Amino acid sequence: MNGAKVELRGLRRNFSGTTALDGLDLTIEPGELIALLGPSGCGKTTALRCVAGFEQPDEGAVLVDGSDITRVPANRRDAGMVFQSYSLFPNLSIRENVAFGLRVRKVAAAKRHARAQELLELIGLPQIGERYPHQLSGGQQQRVALARALALEPRVLLLDEPLSALDAKVRVTLREEIRRLQLSLGITTIFVTHDQEEALSMADRVAVLRAGRLEQVADPATLYDRPATAFVAEFVGTMNRIPGKLSGRTVTVLGQDLPVEGDVPATSDVEVLVRPETVIVTPDPSSEAMILVSSFRGSTSRLRVQLGDLEMLADVPGHDTVRLAPGTRVRVELVERPVLVSASSDVAAAVPVPEHDVV
Amino acid sequence: MTVQSPVHTAPAAAGGGSRPKKSKSWLATVPLLAFVVLVFGVPLVIILGGTFSREGTLSAANVTDSLQGAYLTALLGSVKLSALVAVVGALLGTFLAQAVVTSRFRLLREAVLTASGVLSNFGGIPLAFAWIATLGNSGVVTSALGLDSAGWSLYNFWGLALVYLYFSIPLMVVVVVPALDGLRPQWREAAQNNGANTWQYWRHVGIPVLTPTLLGGVVLLFGGAFAAYATAAAMVGGTVPLVTLQIANALSGNVLIGHENVALALSLDMIVVAGLVMAVYLPLQRRSARWLR
Ligand SMILES: Nc1ncnc2c1ncn2[C@@H]1O[C@H](COP(=O)(O)OP(=O)(O)OP(=O)(O)O)[C@@H](O)[C@H]1O
Ligand SMILES: [Mg+2]
Repeated sequence: MNGAKVELRGLRRNFSGTTALDGLDLTIEPGELIALLGPSGCGKTTALRCVAGFEQPDEGAVLVDGSDITRVPANRRDAGMVFQSYSLFPNLSIRENVAFGLRVRKVAAAKRHARAQELLELIGLPQIGERYPHQLSGGQQQRVALARALALEPRVLLLDEPLSALDAKVRVTLREEIRRLQLSLGITTIFVTHDQEEALSMADRVAVLRAGRLEQVADPATLYDRPATAFVAEFVGTMNRIPGKLSGRTVTVLGQDLPVEGDVPATSDVEVLVRPETVIVTPDPSSEAMILVSSFRGSTSRLRVQLGDLEMLADVPGHDTVRLAPGTRVRVELVERPVLVSASSDVAAAVPVPEHDVV
Repeated sequence: MTVQSPVHTAPAAAGGGSRPKKSKSWLATVPLLAFVVLVFGVPLVIILGGTFSREGTLSAANVTDSLQGAYLTALLGSVKLSALVAVVGALLGTFLAQAVVTSRFRLLREAVLTASGVLSNFGGIPLAFAWIATLGNSGVVTSALGLDSAGWSLYNFWGLALVYLYFSIPLMVVVVVPALDGLRPQWREAAQNNGANTWQYWRHVGIPVLTPTLLGGVVLLFGGAFAAYATAAAMVGGTVPLVTLQIANALSGNVLIGHENVALALSLDMIVVAGLVMAVYLPLQRRSARWLR
């Protein structure tokens, strides 16, 4: 089994007034795991359903290995899909669920049972074939759904927030398992999530969507380190917004002059986007900045620092926590590197507060 | 990842001071039991007592009579009518419900559901009168369309079946709509994703999931038609043989004096028929719902 190349070309989809997809272009390489990440309602599910065939784009095309499948009905496409939850057929045993596609294709009973057993072993649940879906935990159900999606050896695997209904611990184990399986099968995979940690930790590349368009697609490190836009910067990871004065391609912030990268807004009053780990904090009794809260996270500590009206986050090595207790007066500096700027608060409205901070 | 087994009761400590306590939970069922005894037990005793006595002596003559001649015809007529209404009503009701559920017009859905709720409780003499006034011998539609010259009559087996369907189909709609709503769209999409077409989805998933509800609906419709009396009495009087009409006749004693207890025997026959229906229904129900346990 190996993966197919999937291309989305100018996908556009309108639902009576709301634009779910607004010209989405994206190419997924064979065998790649790509995560579709973005705020709620940005069109991730719609994009995935266009690939699965449950949704027809108003414009644009879906290509698999170069052939246009936009008008191919869902039940003749070569893509396995895992839904968010409760998608197992309740009246069929686990084995019958996994073997469903083979049964529809009139594969002999003995053969399809053997194949189902093989898949159940692959997902680490060899003994549950006789049970019914309601007798399984949520995590087990999603594994079985994965086995069912793989039963017909599709060349594309589609996952729509398959882990979002599970508790945190199961989520982490299961995502590692999905990744391991995906790598060993070499199957092209599109993974929809609004959990940035999930996207960054699993994917070869992450595609950030915004209002039905592609904002940036890059490998996780680049996305985090060199976000192309302020939107991506704020959606992925945690960002401080610190007021600064722009002149040309240099910005003055906290008394430092830093080079600007990316787009430059027309105004000179801007906000500078800075990651907590690029904020340097050193004890200084004469400074007016003060630590409000310190939360210890093992290898690092996250500090909340007050500077005048401004509050910002700073990550420091864990062993510095003792020196930097709440109430300590500190000097705040930024690491000398190019920064992103945005006109004051033009993104804030569009970006929800991230649910998980990337540390 | 292990499935919790039911709690095992610890073995009673041998010779210990504390005896295993008897659960008091049976107390909670007392009101229910009292209700069952009053509502089912007492009438059953009366029926049994009356059925097996003729002119003061113990006898099976009433039962024998109730299974002969006009009485037997009536019993079979009722079973036939009820079975027809149950099967046709369940089929049409299910299709109507499916049409309502998949309809994109919310208003239509609301309208049909409300109407079904009302019509499923429409019965007795008002229902009979409504039909007589519409499609009876001198009904509005009958005269308007000249149906009587075409051989139409409401006052026979088929006419009665039509009138019974009039409340049975809405009843089926009311029963099936929640079950249809419970079919998750993911199941259909997952089936498609596995290569199934619409028919294969219904055959392997949709219908099996609905079967317990459909069976329940059929039994409900059968029972409703089997026990109906007032509508039939007002519409056809004695021209269509039905067991409920015969019971009324025998009770009022206007057929054979001294044979009032045949009415009780006929009631017992009805109970037996209902029991037979349940004897078929329960194992089917059990089989079709085995995935629920
Ligand atoms: N069947 C539909 N009918 C009408 N509007 C729809 C339909 N499906 C999606 N939409 C709208 O299209 C937009 C994109 O929806 P979509 O489900 O693709 O978002 P999403 O990125 O998956 O969001 P989430 O993270 O909440 O799942 C939303 O505004 C949604 O309300
Ligand atoms: Mg979604």
